[in-house]
Amino acid sequence: MAVQLDARPPVAPAPPRPSRAARLSRFDTRYSPYLYIAPFFLLFGVFGSYPLIYTFWVSLHDWDLLGAEHTFIGFDNYTQLLADPDFWHSVVNTLGIFVISTVPQLLLALWLANLLNRQLRARTTWRMAVLIPNVTSTAAVAIVFAVLFGREFGMINWLLDLVGVDAIDWKANRFAAWTAISAMVDWRWTGYNALIFLAAMQAIPRDLYESASIDGAGRSRQFWSITVPLLKPTIVFAVIISTIGGLQLFTEPRLFNSGTNAIRGGPLRESQTVTMYMFENAFAPHYNFGYGSAIAWLLFALIAVVAAGNVLLLRRLGGGVRKEGD
Amino acid sequence: MATFTRRRLAAVALAATTALLGTTACGGGDDKSAADGPITLTVDVFGQFGYDELYKEYMASHPDVKIVERGTGSNLDEYSPKLTQWLAAGKGAGDIVAIEEGLLVEYKANPQNFVNLLDHGAADLKGNFLEWKWNQGLTADGKQLIGLGTDVGGMAMCYRKDLFAKAGLPTDRDAVSKLWPTWQDYIKVGEQFKAKNTGASFLDAATNTFNTILLQSAGNAQGYSYYDTSNNLVVDSNPAVKQAYDTTMDIVDSGLSGKYGSWSEEWVSAFKQSKFATIACPAWMTGVIEGNAGPGAKGKWDIAQVPGNGGNWGGSFLAVPKQSKHQAEAIELAKFLTSAKGQIGAFRAKGPLPSSPQALEDPAIVDSKNAYFSDAPVGKIFATGAKSLKPVYMGPKNQAVRTEVENAVRTVELGQRSPEQGWTDAVNNAKKAAAK
Repeated sequence: MAVQLDARPPVAPAPPRPSRAARLSRFDTRYSPYLYIAPFFLLFGVFGSYPLIYTFWVSLHDWDLLGAEHTFIGFDNYTQLLADPDFWHSVVNTLGIFVISTVPQLLLALWLANLLNRQLRARTTWRMAVLIPNVTSTAAVAIVFAVLFGREFGMINWLLDLVGVDAIDWKANRFAAWTAISAMVDWRWTGYNALIFLAAMQAIPRDLYESASIDGAGRSRQFWSITVPLLKPTIVFAVIISTIGGLQLFTEPRLFNSGTNAIRGGPLRESQTVTMYMFENAFAPHYNFGYGSAIAWLLFALIAVVAAGNVLLLRRLGGGVRKEGD
Repeated sequence: MATFTRRRLAAVALAATTALLGTTACGGGDDKSAADGPITLTVDVFGQFGYDELYKEYMASHPDVKIVERGTGSNLDEYSPKLTQWLAAGKGAGDIVAIEEGLLVEYKANPQNFVNLLDHGAADLKGNFLEWKWNQGLTADGKQLIGLGTDVGGMAMCYRKDLFAKAGLPTDRDAVSKLWPTWQDYIKVGEQFKAKNTGASFLDAATNTFNTILLQSAGNAQGYSYYDTSNNLVVDSNPAVKQAYDTTMDIVDSGLSGKYGSWSEEWVSAFKQSKFATIACPAWMTGVIEGNAGPGAKGKWDIAQVPGNGGNWGGSFLAVPKQSKHQAEAIELAKFLTSAKGQIGAFRAKGPLPSSPQALEDPAIVDSKNAYFSDAPVGKIFATGAKSLKPVYMGPKNQAVRTEVENAVRTVELGQRSPEQGWTDAVNNAKKAAAK
């Protein structure tokens, strides 16, 4: 790793008999960092873990959102959920959309970052420009894309028609719906990830590249043997963030589907993600808060598993590349 | 450094305390009485209720009241989860909330969320409403009145004169009504229309037509659809449901539907681009058509009789949640808005058909014409049948069950399922939804 994240201010060597000031100073260096980071954990405790635990508590009940009485039913919601084909259908949708959006997105971001890392005229302008899709509102993006991907009045189908391809019903075809939603996600997040990669690339010492050039390594060889391995921690970070975001996907697929029961993601739940399924159960039309909470917890577990899986996978891949580079 | 830490810690503690106190203050206080100045009454609606002029009038005669309406133009799918969350959370809902009849059943199951209007002199108003509309607002034991009726559905068939002319069909509304006494006749007209290749479909979406036929046949038969009056799910045993499904399948099979999913972006675009010729229209739908098709289509639409025999779809209520801080004032306003006068005002503004017999007889309604729909005598078309409307009973999970059946219809319409598979899906998924 190029950057040492856990650097600490040097501590003066302790005198044989510590004075009061010195003891205070040592106390300070040892404990005050905890105070500095405490506000986050306090806020998280109030606004993060409390809802988390409460949700779990709710998930153990037969909890009609409007009902006055909530019966304790233990893990019934979970057993029912694990046998619920609609839930697993939404899990497959979510993972499908996640894979076909995240993989190209991160590769594209890496490539873009590599381009932006060169000597360009008006560098800052280019670098800021890739972030523009990210500052537009998700809702606006989703609505525009939903119109572009319309069956009858959409621009994509019109373009396909020009090259002789039959109109695709983007909303009623499962794979087509996944692709359309992934396009929205990629459009919005590629630039953002590119900037994160770029920031990490800037921290790679120039002399590594210089000596590589002297050794006769070309640009692509340098990219795969120096940039990518040194970027590994950042890539892991980006993958985890994308996993969390990707598996919680809600706004894009929700707004991609419009009309009655848009929360189902199409008549056969073509593009219903887990969060949409959670919403459908916790709120309209079922108002079953306990069941919805159980879905929330299983989603949490799913994210943890997928994130861990991704990190392990990356470790292996990354390791292989570095060996080659050495 | 140590002092700095302490000071910062103190600041954080202070900020946290303030935040907590702030929350408590919001939850606790805030019961200003009218004496402190004008009070604000919030009215939550969906779609178009047509109350703007009524608010102005009410505020003029009640200088101590200010009225704010929220949710105008939103659809029921957006509105109902929000309302339910507010009720569950115990705060956030308006002082008056609009409730659609299909959802009323769920809210009636938990009447503790609403003010009992019978405790506030509402019993005297009974004569101002059609009897069944009044009864719908009552809880099962009849002891609590949740909501006062606003409008009822009524039923007609709206059609595009220009497209009918293009297809060589009559355009005069009486002649058009004569074309389709039954739904089978409607299909025949549709086939003639289709043969002329006008570039438009005959109807918008099979689901809209399905709901119309179902409520019609259910109203004419037992008076219930998915649930019987003892709240048993009868989706697979009620002949009215299967009959409506089969008729809809005939329509789908004839390729008459434009398949524009109801209330979707495409549906709205299809209105604008005149992509279909007919749509089943309850009275409240006329406002929706005008809004979607836009001023450019004024005079191109007209209204004929609905095939089959009458029917009722939709209609809403106004309720006062217990969480309202100004219950007395809210009740008074709700009474005003649902009075015969209020209902006439709303009908004139946006077309919802009154549920008050006095209003239905009022010349202001009976003689009214709708300029957008080629001066169609909407008062005559909708109001004449309204008093003989037969209500359809709706069970506890009506909305969820309806969603499943509608979706099954839609899968067949889109060619994803055969009519038989669609029916199996409808029944199985409806049972599953009812059990949730």
